[in-house]
Amino acid sequence: MDFFTFVQLGDASVRMAIPLLLACLAGLFSERAGIFDIGLEGKMLAAAFLSAAVSFASGNVWLGLLAGIGISVLLSVIHGLASITFKGNQLISGVAINFFAAGLTVVIAQGWFAQGGRTPSLPNDARFNGLDFPGALTRFRDKMQASPGMQFYSEFVSGHSILVYLGLLTVPLSWWILYRTRFGLRLRAVGEAPEAVDTAGISVVRLRFAAVAICGILCGIAGAYLSTAVQAGFTKDMTANRGFIALAALIFAKWRPWHALGACLLFSLFFAIDIQFPRLELRVVWIMVLLIGSGVAMTAYALRKDKIDVIVLGGLSLVLALVALLAWRGEMSDEIGAIAALFETVRVPSQLIQSLPYLFVVIVLAGFVGKAIPPRAGGQPYVKER
Amino acid sequence: MSDIAPAIELVGISKAFGPVQANKDISIRVMPGTIHGIIGENGAGKSTLMSILYGFYKADAGEVFISGQKTEIPDSQAAIAAGIGMVFQHFKLVKNFSVLENVVLGAEDGALLRPSLAKARKQLKSLATEYELNVDPDAIIEDIGVGMQQRVEILKALYRQADILILDEPTGVLTPAEADQLFRILGRLKEEGKTIILITHKLREIMDITDTVSVMRRGEMMATVKTSDTNPADLAERMVGRKVLLRVDKVPAQPKDVVLDVRDLNITDDKGVHRLKGVSFQVRAGEILGIAGVSGNGQSELLEVLGGYEKATGEILLNGDPIDLTGAYSDGQSRRARGIAHVPEDRQHEGLIMDFTAWENTAFGYHHDPKYQRNGLLMDNAAILKDAQEKMGRFDVRPPNPLLAAKNFSGGNQQKIVVAREIERDPDLLLVGQPTRGVDIGAIEFIHQQIVALRDQGKAILLVSVELEEIMGLSDRIAVMFDGQIMGERLPDQTNEKELGLLMAGMKDGEAA
Amino acid sequence: MDAMPKWADVVLVPVVSLLLAAIISAIVFVAVGQNPWDALKLMAYGAVGTSDFLGYTLFYATNFIFTGLAVAVAFHASLFNIGGEGQVLLGGLGAAIVCLYVPLPHWSLALIAGATAAAIFGALWVVIPAYLQARRGSHIVITTIMFNFMASGLLIFFLSGPMKPIGEMQVATAVFPAATHLPSLHDVAQMFGSEMFGRSPVNISIFLALIACVGVWALIWHTRLGYEIRSFGKSESAAKYAGISAVNITMVALLISGGLAGLMAVNNTMGINSPQLVDNAAGGAGFIGIAVALMGRNHPVGIVIAALLFGALYQGGAELSAATSIPVQIVVVIQALVIMFTGALDEMVRAPIEKLFLRSQRAGE
Repeated sequence: MDFFTFVQLGDASVRMAIPLLLACLAGLFSERAGIFDIGLEGKMLAAAFLSAAVSFASGNVWLGLLAGIGISVLLSVIHGLASITFKGNQLISGVAINFFAAGLTVVIAQGWFAQGGRTPSLPNDARFNGLDFPGALTRFRDKMQASPGMQFYSEFVSGHSILVYLGLLTVPLSWWILYRTRFGLRLRAVGEAPEAVDTAGISVVRLRFAAVAICGILCGIAGAYLSTAVQAGFTKDMTANRGFIALAALIFAKWRPWHALGACLLFSLFFAIDIQFPRLELRVVWIMVLLIGSGVAMTAYALRKDKIDVIVLGGLSLVLALVALLAWRGEMSDEIGAIAALFETVRVPSQLIQSLPYLFVVIVLAGFVGKAIPPRAGGQPYVKER
Repeated sequence: MSDIAPAIELVGISKAFGPVQANKDISIRVMPGTIHGIIGENGAGKSTLMSILYGFYKADAGEVFISGQKTEIPDSQAAIAAGIGMVFQHFKLVKNFSVLENVVLGAEDGALLRPSLAKARKQLKSLATEYELNVDPDAIIEDIGVGMQQRVEILKALYRQADILILDEPTGVLTPAEADQLFRILGRLKEEGKTIILITHKLREIMDITDTVSVMRRGEMMATVKTSDTNPADLAERMVGRKVLLRVDKVPAQPKDVVLDVRDLNITDDKGVHRLKGVSFQVRAGEILGIAGVSGNGQSELLEVLGGYEKATGEILLNGDPIDLTGAYSDGQSRRARGIAHVPEDRQHEGLIMDFTAWENTAFGYHHDPKYQRNGLLMDNAAILKDAQEKMGRFDVRPPNPLLAAKNFSGGNQQKIVVAREIERDPDLLLVGQPTRGVDIGAIEFIHQQIVALRDQGKAILLVSVELEEIMGLSDRIAVMFDGQIMGERLPDQTNEKELGLLMAGMKDGEAA
Repeated sequence: MDAMPKWADVVLVPVVSLLLAAIISAIVFVAVGQNPWDALKLMAYGAVGTSDFLGYTLFYATNFIFTGLAVAVAFHASLFNIGGEGQVLLGGLGAAIVCLYVPLPHWSLALIAGATAAAIFGALWVVIPAYLQARRGSHIVITTIMFNFMASGLLIFFLSGPMKPIGEMQVATAVFPAATHLPSLHDVAQMFGSEMFGRSPVNISIFLALIACVGVWALIWHTRLGYEIRSFGKSESAAKYAGISAVNITMVALLISGGLAGLMAVNNTMGINSPQLVDNAAGGAGFIGIAVALMGRNHPVGIVIAALLFGALYQGGAELSAATSIPVQIVVVIQALVIMFTGALDEMVRAPIEKLFLRSQRAGE
């Protein structure tokens, strides 16, 4: 692998990170205010659809963006009504919004465009296109042959759509709002102790609605980015679970903006791997080391704990060992024998590569990153004590 | 008298929570520059009334006059603007914020934070010198003690330039010495011309510090009198509506063999804080050992270890045999099987499941009992229901309807359900935590009698309470806890509140004597 | 006292919620240029208009009973198992392995073996999320969603590789041996000389679903385990006081939940007309289970009623989309609305009704 491959991987990571990052920050504002939002996915999806549809109809991608933000904020307000005004279950409300968006986008897309639940392909001037910085190379062949510094500048720094740069700017902006403004202080307070905010004479309801609205705006941009910058139009379920991965990234980042950026870049790296290396090949011996090694580590951990840990983690280790042995066995033949089979390469099933981001999310949530303490009042509607 | 307008005048305040009428047509006047006490039983509506004044609840009817001016108080913002500050019983602080941030929250000067914080820092310094309210402005709330947290609450009110300060049960979390200090501060505030309203259920505090006192009962205002014109017995009678026994009737204890022997118990929590530091004591059959102390000094952890839901190191012997402190047999089920019954400190979050019916709660913790099973597989719900009916009858739970959800009973009746369940197990050892917290006086008397009756049957009882009066009245022996240690043991008839108070504040055994 | 009589809580509130969901759905129909009344008539005909259609409705209802029960059992422990979709797929894998590789001489044996394998596989798929929730506090909702995705990856891996018959193009297993085919209700009807249910796939697993309902009812309200599950679900701190292990209850409740979801495979993998495991075997049933459990108030009787309703909706929706240009996703929209109104906006519906009752009580006094 040469340097340019790495630059490409990094470039893809950043591109994939933006919707994650925006959704993650959206979740951050909402959860910091004490409203859990599992409906990031649905809001992005609705925004992706509507911004593509409006961009297509009007030919103006900015109008599309605005429409995307609009629908996303509308869904946020519905979530706010359910979880703030009517003190409903926030998880259930979020799940409902996800299904609502998943179903309605296809139904309306079919009703409007009759193209099997997608929007027509957007023409180039109805999309967010890459901005080429001065002096940056644009042709692939030129970049291949350029110096590493130029490769980095042209591929990694330059050539993204304006939403990418905007998305990256939201990180310091969020930090500043959260820690340097009155609104931020109150927002953080309402997620920790709404009763303190209430008795200080500030409206809990208004603050939380404000947070939820910001969440809607950011999700809206994220969705619009997917359908008008990454892709040229909306396709069914195009958000591909990013809303949930963003939530995992948020936990990983422990609800802090700069850490959210790091977490999202890391998660998106796994998506980038899937795109850059759809056919990953590994030597059997590495597979065995990886699987059996992690099995041994888990078992060692479990043995220091309880019976239940030994059963679950021990069982999982056995499964991993079995997979490793199967990979080995599959390469064995009369000609090369057992030892030589260890050094054969095997193609990692594409389904596994596609599952990597999701697997990584589970591993992160398993808490290999230390304890994450969510905002204390998170998920609970504010009810005045009696 | 009528020359000066009252600082506060409430006229005809009414408030209902669903079907419960918390305040009925209440009127009250408080003169400026006085300390006015409001006394009443749990559930009498004191806190509700003051929360209405602070804009936390909205009254259904009635008017508020501040310094003679009719004032609408739709929310706390309006109350603050009218110069009212309130220190709630459960502090309204953001635990992971600094003192400074808590003080500033809601009273910021502009959209940017830094100037507000700088200004508040200066102001806090001058308030600290003026009223002896020293607090480190950069300390995080969860790292400082409850006494300090209370100061932050007072500072919050003063920072907002409150002229009227309401304190709801402020001494519940304080040692007697801390309480005295609080009263000194309140005295200073009064001298400065501030008006103070003190909500409490402790008669002593009323007599010690207030100028006038109002008595509430069942949502109604019974009387407002000058403190100098009344006495504790009179106030108690007005509170309850009949003569009350201020002391528990009991014969001297006849302790027998040691039932519970606790040796060198230690707990270190997740954050590495040492919660119990080598606690050792014994409880004999036929005696009540009372553990006194300000809450948060390890009593809860002690009960949790004995009840089987907190891990600890050390040794606990029950009737001479050790009980497991770790492993599969250290859980609550095993404790119950060994004859330990437990009336927990927090009946709403531990002792009962509020959404369960009374009969379901009757089996709670004892649902493995063979008498509640129909066969190996299914539970005998009919047997539980019948059992519940009988228990509710014997303990005079009202209404005696086992099909009602626990949340629909009053605090006293909820506690009776818990006490009935635990006492009727005929345990060797009964753990009792805060048996009368949030319980009306009638139920208090009944519950105390049940505990004494169990003692007279020759059972060992470990009582934990933050109410010194309850400890003094009920215990045969008193141990005082402070900072995870037992500071000393006393006999109730050979000690007094002052001495216990010093032990509760951490004085060594020798120093306090 | 409770402000509302029980019948209002159990019947009136869900019915009003449902009406609200129906009104919004009607608006959606109008938005895509469809007369909602016509659509309703089409859907009603598609759901119960012929005995074939009715059979399909019952077939889908069977699916939803299983997933509804799965969600409900977890809900009783205050756990949100949103991974029914993946657990159904794994259940299918278990059933397929038994049916394809174990020689089973008769359908009754196949039913027992297949159901056991499906339940075990479904339960196994939730072991890791359950363990992580119980031990590490990892959010069960996020982990089960991730496991849904991985389940479909795993299934496609098996169906396009190891379990695919040589020379077949379809991503599916071979058709199971004839001896394992479960009798359809049409077969049963024929024994009585009736042609009821025609070619619809509704089969005897519907009885298994009803048995599961009775089992869940007994489990939740008449066993110690159920008592502990409900206690834990209502108050974690009280459960701790009572000596109920949070780790054990979390694990057991989720394993039962996963097992019930897995059981659905008996119906939709072994029970269909050409029994085989296909890649989209779950078909969203895992998610519909959420709506079914919420609407059915987590009670088996309610779940059966809600499952029938959703069965009709699903089947009617399929017929609607065949007859018009409206895609089947309209069912997902209606499902979302039902979840929203019966789950999250419950208070919006309940509070005014409660107030109404309170007022009439006061007036009566």
